[in-house]
Amino acid sequence: MDLNTPLFEGQLVYLASIKPDQDAEIESHWTHDAEFQRLLGKELVRPLSPAQIKKKYTEIEKEMDEKGNRYYFTIRRLPLSESTEAAQGAVQDSDLLLGFARLDWIGWSHGVGSLSIGIGNPEERGKGYGSDALRLLLGYAFRELNLYRVSIAIPEHNQVALRLFEKAAFKVEARRREAIHRKGRRWDVLHLGLLREEWEQSEWRTMWAQI
Amino acid sequence: MENDVGSDLKRGKLMSNNLFQGELVRFVAAEPQLAAGLFAKWMRDSEFVRLLDTDPARLLSVDKYKEWFEKDLVEQQKNDELFFLIRTLEEDLTIGLIGLDGIQWVHGDAWVGIGLGEREYWGKGYGTDAMRILLRYAFEELNLHRLSLSVFEYNSRAIRSYEKVGFVIEGRARQFLNRDGRRYDMIFMGILRDEWKER
Repeated sequence: MDLNTPLFEGQLVYLASIKPDQDAEIESHWTHDAEFQRLLGKELVRPLSPAQIKKKYTEIEKEMDEKGNRYYFTIRRLPLSESTEAAQGAVQDSDLLLGFARLDWIGWSHGVGSLSIGIGNPEERGKGYGSDALRLLLGYAFRELNLYRVSIAIPEHNQVALRLFEKAAFKVEARRREAIHRKGRRWDVLHLGLLREEWEQSEWRTMWAQI
Repeated sequence: MENDVGSDLKRGKLMSNNLFQGELVRFVAAEPQLAAGLFAKWMRDSEFVRLLDTDPARLLSVDKYKEWFEKDLVEQQKNDELFFLIRTLEEDLTIGLIGLDGIQWVHGDAWVGIGLGEREYWGKGYGTDAMRILLRYAFEELNLHRLSLSVFEYNSRAIRSYEKVGFVIEGRARQFLNRDGRRYDMIFMGILRDEWKER
């Protein structure tokens, strides 16, 4: 065991706490893009003001504090090395909110939890930030929380998420038929699961440990 | 035309025109004081708890349960959950509870939960009858599109009952539960409105 293995630093991103004032502005902006909310799942799609988002943050932190069955992280970009910055001629804002990574509904007695990850700005998707954050979140769930398995529910129309989680060794375990009604038609909701032993055998763990 | 309406009602497989009444049981409002007293008693039955929920068995005061039920009634006002007590027609005895939570009106989906606390009524069709009432209510009154439920793989009596009223297995969360040091799957079941209507 290496006590110095960083839990929160990946190769491209790091996990951080909420920074209510600055994050609320950005997340409010994301909610004005209906597609983002639709990709995440079944929640009602609607634009939220920064004040509403901040209220949500307060509730999340209150629950984390009092109930102890959920963990919420923001995803932010790691600063580039000085040489890279010099080569690109630009300084990267490492404080800027990219998305969130969370574990909810943790059932401690069974060692189970469900996770979810989102990168808010469409222009920042497909750059590996989500995979990097997922690797961190899985490391956190299995190495720090000692969970036995994690679950995620994905709407059938979110093929990008499905591919990401299957790449991370998740298996489709259930298909709740026609559980989502969007864009004039019905879609299934897929439930995926990953067992601790599957994670241990996957390359995702090795990659994580190498960092 | 009148005949069509009549056959529509019969399609619910229940002879009674009262939405909340079946052949063995009826639904009554969840009065918090009554519900809390019964629930506190039922929660002492370890088998009941281990069939009902993933939460570890524990004991809370009647007052605490009453608070829960009162809070649930507030949630009901918001229309994202609904639950009832199950009462037998013959003895007028409250034997369990049943309801919907996480109702997604936009998508027409909801989660079903049912628990029979009185052991003498297990395996005699009371739960199945209550479930038939709930299905008719969900599809004919609430106009939902589908219902979901999760059940533990060791609860074969419940699985049989759900299959009897038309639920099909949609998958299983592998090794989700840890009971006495052994792992068990959690099974997902669902029924679509069309499947229910065809029965």
